[in-house]
Amino acid sequence: MAKRIDVKDLDIYYGDFKAVEGVSLTVEPRSVTAFIGPSGCGKSTVLRTLNRMHEVIPGGRVDGTVALDDQDLYAPSMDPVAVRRTVGMVFQRPNPFPTMSIRDNVAAGLKLNGVKNKKQLDEVVEKSLKGANLWNEVKDRLDKPGAGLSGGQQQRLCIARAIAVDPQVLLMDEPCSALDPISTLAIEDLINELKSKYTVVIVTHNMQQAARVSDQTAFFNLKATGQPGRLVEVDDTQKIFSNPTEKATEDYISGRFG
Amino acid sequence: MSTLSTLDESALPTTAPSDDFGGKSSARAVKDQVARVVMWAAFLVALIPLVWILGSAVFKGGQMLLDLTWWTHSQNGITSRREGGGAVHAIQGTLIQAGVTALISVPIGVLTAIYLVEYGRGRLAKTVSFMVDILTGIPSIVAALFVYAVWVTTFGFQRLPIAVCLALTMLMIPTVVRSTEEMLKLVPNELREASYALGVPKWKTIMKIVIPTSFSGIVTGVLLGLARVMGETAPLIILGPYTAVIATNLFDGLMPTLPTMIFQSYGESVQPSVDRVWGASLTLILLVFLLNIAGRFISRFSKVRN
Repeated sequence: MAKRIDVKDLDIYYGDFKAVEGVSLTVEPRSVTAFIGPSGCGKSTVLRTLNRMHEVIPGGRVDGTVALDDQDLYAPSMDPVAVRRTVGMVFQRPNPFPTMSIRDNVAAGLKLNGVKNKKQLDEVVEKSLKGANLWNEVKDRLDKPGAGLSGGQQQRLCIARAIAVDPQVLLMDEPCSALDPISTLAIEDLINELKSKYTVVIVTHNMQQAARVSDQTAFFNLKATGQPGRLVEVDDTQKIFSNPTEKATEDYISGRFG
Repeated sequence: MSTLSTLDESALPTTAPSDDFGGKSSARAVKDQVARVVMWAAFLVALIPLVWILGSAVFKGGQMLLDLTWWTHSQNGITSRREGGGAVHAIQGTLIQAGVTALISVPIGVLTAIYLVEYGRGRLAKTVSFMVDILTGIPSIVAALFVYAVWVTTFGFQRLPIAVCLALTMLMIPTVVRSTEEMLKLVPNELREASYALGVPKWKTIMKIVIPTSFSGIVTGVLLGLARVMGETAPLIILGPYTAVIATNLFDGLMPTLPTMIFQSYGESVQPSVDRVWGASLTLILLVFLLNIAGRFISRFSKVRN
């Protein structure tokens, strides 16, 4: 089910502008990896290259390789649409489809890809909502619009939507930054459960969150102002937060930085 | 408790708070009043022509519409000096021509807008966008002359109702493109990305996410464009002269419409004709009004729910 991600010598561009340079890291299956670092250092950009969402932006392109269990995602024969079915994504702001009910939101990935069997869809909806810890809150109003839920519920709805297509990897781009502490806790608990089935990569600005949820932490930083971002250090979360190798990491984590 | 209250008292400002904030500015209150008066005056001035037009159309033409024959009879065999007859031929013609125009323009306009917003990059998109801008500014009589030059002079065809529709299409396409474009741009990019991230192809994302989300806006834009086209007169005068009989064939003969009926009757200064001018005017206003109501109603069925 879960797959391993290997990133090697990855350079990421927006048109002529090199945004991120020379990223190499490995994400083990069934683990949580957190990306931390100051704003604008390219964490989200790196995350978006892992399911080829980066190239949705005009001018977006990459050099280097991203492999999912030895399968190069950027091979010419690889279909980006198929990649995105394998590698799901949850965004910073909850973005349920406003035209759809809760049920249809969860089933959207399957429905839009041609699954019509209602029984199968209902099963997937229930399973995914349970997987996102939302089932008990919404089971009596599955036909109500998804946009009517609270922010935290909407974000869990988006997680349910992402896991409904049965991905191997789940990417999360600051999934809690628009949520209150209670909802954040709910999502963090959920991440802990999700990692038994999926490989999870999460971008966060909240260092406590990185320390709480992740097994491995990667610290990104800009080389200098105007220079591309780079991966400073990646290691076990315990080590990064107690005894990092690089001074820049320690400065950032202890708040002595920027 | 006691320490707390002493602390609180010492922390209180000894002077009235209004001094700290400079008191209430009388100059600002005056400006506020002036702005209020100016805005209300502008609103009322803008309202005058609207009420006036509606008032005279209802006052002078309302009587005609109350007569049932207005809705059931044409002007066939009725001279301008005689009272009686109806406008059903013109109403039918206007509806048919507007409908056919919409049938041609809406697909072209909506697809062009989708291209411009979702796919268009680089030179071709810029050129298309520029052309649409130019097309928006073309006076209706020029569009009519162009169609006349192509249809009648170059190809040697008769003046037919379908030629009118082609001229109206030229006027409607740019308004549909522009309004649809605006509505598609309003759809947040996050929704597109959410759909891509589920492994949904781009075309399906547009069909199932983007268009349903902006559906009510697109419908409103189309209906506004249609309302404009229904009142357009120049192409009708050049390409579709008036006739007093019912005609439904787009490819043969003449087809009367409300604007040409107004124009025809206006040329004859006898009372029955003058009544018909106002009657037809009020009917046209009513049609446009109904169209807008229908638009609201369709928007209700939009699937965006909160």
